[in-house]
Order: sequence, then C-alpha cells, then structure tokens
Amino acid sequence: MLNSPAVQIEGLTVIRGRTTVLPDLTVSVPRGSVTGLLGPSGCGKSTLIRAIAGIQVVKAGTVTVLDGPAGRPDARRRVGYVTQASSVYPDLTVMQNLLYFAALIGSDEAAAREAVDNVGLADKADALVADLSGGQRTRVSLAAALLADPELYLLDEPTVGLDPVLRRDLWQLFKRLADQGRTLLVSSHVMDEAGRCDRVLLMREGRIIADSTPDELRADTGQDDLEQAFLTLAEAAA
Amino acid sequence: MTRTFATARRVLQQLGHDPRSIGMIVVLPSVLLLLFKYVYDGNPAIFNRVGPQMLGIFPFVVMFLVTSVTMVRERTSGTLERLLTTPLRRGELIGGYGVAFGAAALGQALVTSAVAIWLLDMEVNTPWAVVLFAVVDAVLGTALGLLMSAFAVTEFQAVQFMPLVVVPQLLLCGLLAPRDSMPDVLHRLSDALPMSYAADAFSELGSTSDFTSTLVTDLVILVGCCALALTGASLTLRRRTP
Repeated sequence: MLNSPAVQIEGLTVIRGRTTVLPDLTVSVPRGSVTGLLGPSGCGKSTLIRAIAGIQVVKAGTVTVLDGPAGRPDARRRVGYVTQASSVYPDLTVMQNLLYFAALIGSDEAAAREAVDNVGLADKADALVADLSGGQRTRVSLAAALLADPELYLLDEPTVGLDPVLRRDLWQLFKRLADQGRTLLVSSHVMDEAGRCDRVLLMREGRIIADSTPDELRADTGQDDLEQAFLTLAEAAA
Repeated sequence: MTRTFATARRVLQQLGHDPRSIGMIVVLPSVLLLLFKYVYDGNPAIFNRVGPQMLGIFPFVVMFLVTSVTMVRERTSGTLERLLTTPLRRGELIGGYGVAFGAAALGQALVTSAVAIWLLDMEVNTPWAVVLFAVVDAVLGTALGLLMSAFAVTEFQAVQFMPLVVVPQLLLCGLLAPRDSMPDVLHRLSDALPMSYAADAFSELGSTSDFTSTLVTDLVILVGCCALALTGASLTLRRRTP
C-alpha cells in the first residue's frame, strides 16, 4: 500500500468541446514528494489536476488516487485541491473563510490559525479577502487546503504572481509537507520552479514529454538551464 | 447537519459584510407597501384587497433575486468547484442556503408585517400566519433562485430570469385579476404556478380569522414546491463538469 503511487493514471483521455485536451495520458505521482507539473499555459495542466481531483468529466482511462478511484467520498477528505483562481469568498474575512472550510472537514480553529501562520498572513486574519492583493488571496486559498492536512495536495499554479521571497517560503513549506509524508503535485508555467521539485513532469499539448528529476533532466539534455532543457525536449518531441 | 449550519452561517456572514443589501432586504418591502397604500389613497378597498397579497409576493421576489445572483457567483468564482471537492454534500450546501435565506426572510417578514399591520392599518386577523406564509414564500423564492441559477452562466443572465420566472407568476397569481375570471387555459396554467397559492393564502388571511382548510392546502402545496425546487437545485450541482 505505502509503496503504491499516490496518483496512478492510465490511458486518460479528456475531451473539452471539440478539443482533445489530454490524449491517452499515462503517468504516476510518487508518495511523500513534491512533483512539479510544468508546462506552458493551455497545455492541459489544470485539466489533469481536475481529473485527479475527480471533478473532470473524462472520456476514457482510469485515475487512481490514494488506492481508489478519483473523486470518491473518502478521497474528498484526503485530497486538498487548490484551484488556479483563488477560490475563497471575497466578501468574508480571511479567518471567516478558513473557519468555514475547517467546519466542512471537521477541523477546528487552532488548525485554521496554524494555516494562516503557515502562509504568512497572520496579520491579515481579520481583513476582508476582497481588500487583499492577488498573491495574498492565493495564499488564503492555499491555507484553506492546509488546514485540512490532506495526504495529497493538488496545487494549481500556487506561486503565480508572488514575490520571490514568498515563493521561496512556499516552496520550503511544500518541502516540509513532503518530509512529513504528504504528497504534493504543484503546477507551474515558470520553468525555473522545476528545480525546486523532487520530480518533474514536463507537459506539452496534453502529453508528458519528460518524467524525471531535475538533475536527470539537465544531464539528459545537456542543458544547465531548465528552460533550455524544456526547449530541447519540446523540439525532440515535435 | 453541522456542515449545513456552517454553510448557513457562512452565507449570513457574507450578507453581514454587505449592510446595503441587508437594508434592502429588510426595509424595501415596507417602503413599497407604503407607496402602494398612498397610490390608492382614494380607494382604500384596493389596498385592503391587494395589500395582503403583496406581503406574500415581496419576499418571494427579493429572495429569488438575491439567491440566484449569489449562487451564480458561487458557480463562477470557483468556490462551488472547491466545495464539491470537500466532504460537503450537495444537499447540505443547498440546505445551508435555504436556512440562511429563510432566516433573512424571517427578519424581513417580521418588519414588513409589523409595518403593514400597525402603521398602514392593513386588516389581518392572524399576524403569525402572515409571517409564516411570508417566510414560506421567501424560502420558495430561494429554492427557485437556486434552481434557476443552474441555467445562468453569468450574474447578468440570472437577473434576466426574474422577468421569465417572476413576472408571469405575478400576472397569473390573481393579484391583478381574480383567477376565476381568466380564460380557461390561463386559469389552468395558474393552477400549476406556486405563486398562485401564495396569493390565494394571503387573500384568505385578509378575509378570515381562522386557519382554514384552504390555508392548510395552500401551505402544503407551497412547502411541497419548496421541497421540489430544492431537490431539483441539488441535482443541478454536478461534481464532474466537462
């Protein structure tokens, strides 16, 4: 059980409208690690994450999450999904938002306070989310996932628009969570964030073009810069 | 149950940060009633006939609008998507909305009925029954708002549902002309619309002092419509979307 991957996807096909967003995708995410899902906007990262969260209508294939089908009731308690748009209530304070999400998963106020601390928003706990900056809202949204202490985090572009110091702090937080045995799948379109992950999935036009560690990626492509490595791989795949 | 009340509390907290909306919900019906009374100053019989029916219609209309817009916002902002990835059940979410707006409706009904009865001398014999029906009408508005929000992609569309859902019911409910005097087709159509029973109950409340069997029938039909619309609304919440 413990050695099985946190996420195992086989032959996943997703069609949205007339576009095949994910054609026959097979990939897995190992437990207790930070896996980066890297690729340009529109390559299917969010769709893949939605499929793992169990809220995407899929055409074919299986998505196994924590040893069961994605989206089943007990997985909803064990998986924390943070959407790309900060999905919290702008007309509530930070704390009101967190206490609501805490109530939904049977967590308490202490967990909510700890989550606010972890994302560095303790001084904004009583501020209306509508009055916060975009980056701060993203962190409120992340805190709402943290307080549930899920086994698997699905984070869709959590570091977009954050200043470098905050980005570093968040990546350190992700590392800590992974060290405690949590699994994190973090998407980003910024290639240099790949270097902060234990494993990297490079995605392009709905396909995984690389599945390795940052070091292997550099070695395989002969490129020191991960952005260059992506270009090398993308050209090779085309 | 905990999650239902947590949701209700959250919806009321959101409302709490919006004092202007609270003001509109609580005060607006009274102001409109006041206006209505003095428009028919020369003919008090009209106010006495139609006034009680309006007590039932305002909460329905206001809550329909408030709820459908709030729910569309929930759908478009991504919060609904997030809620559906938590252990929250669909019925609990819809129930939470029902409880929250039902509580808001109770406040509205108490204020409006008090103004109507004591300030505007509306002849009503059983004030508690007036409040009861006003709350049920408001919950019905909430329920239909939740249901219709599924068919609106934007808040702009949600507002447009008001003429679609509310105005025909206003025309057919017996407020403007007695339902018996309508052409057969319209009469039968009005039988199928919940607001007809609300208007019917309020005109009954204006004329009798007992809780008559007509009132019981109206109440049962209205509560049934609420349950139907709430069930329909929770079925429109799809966990998986394309």
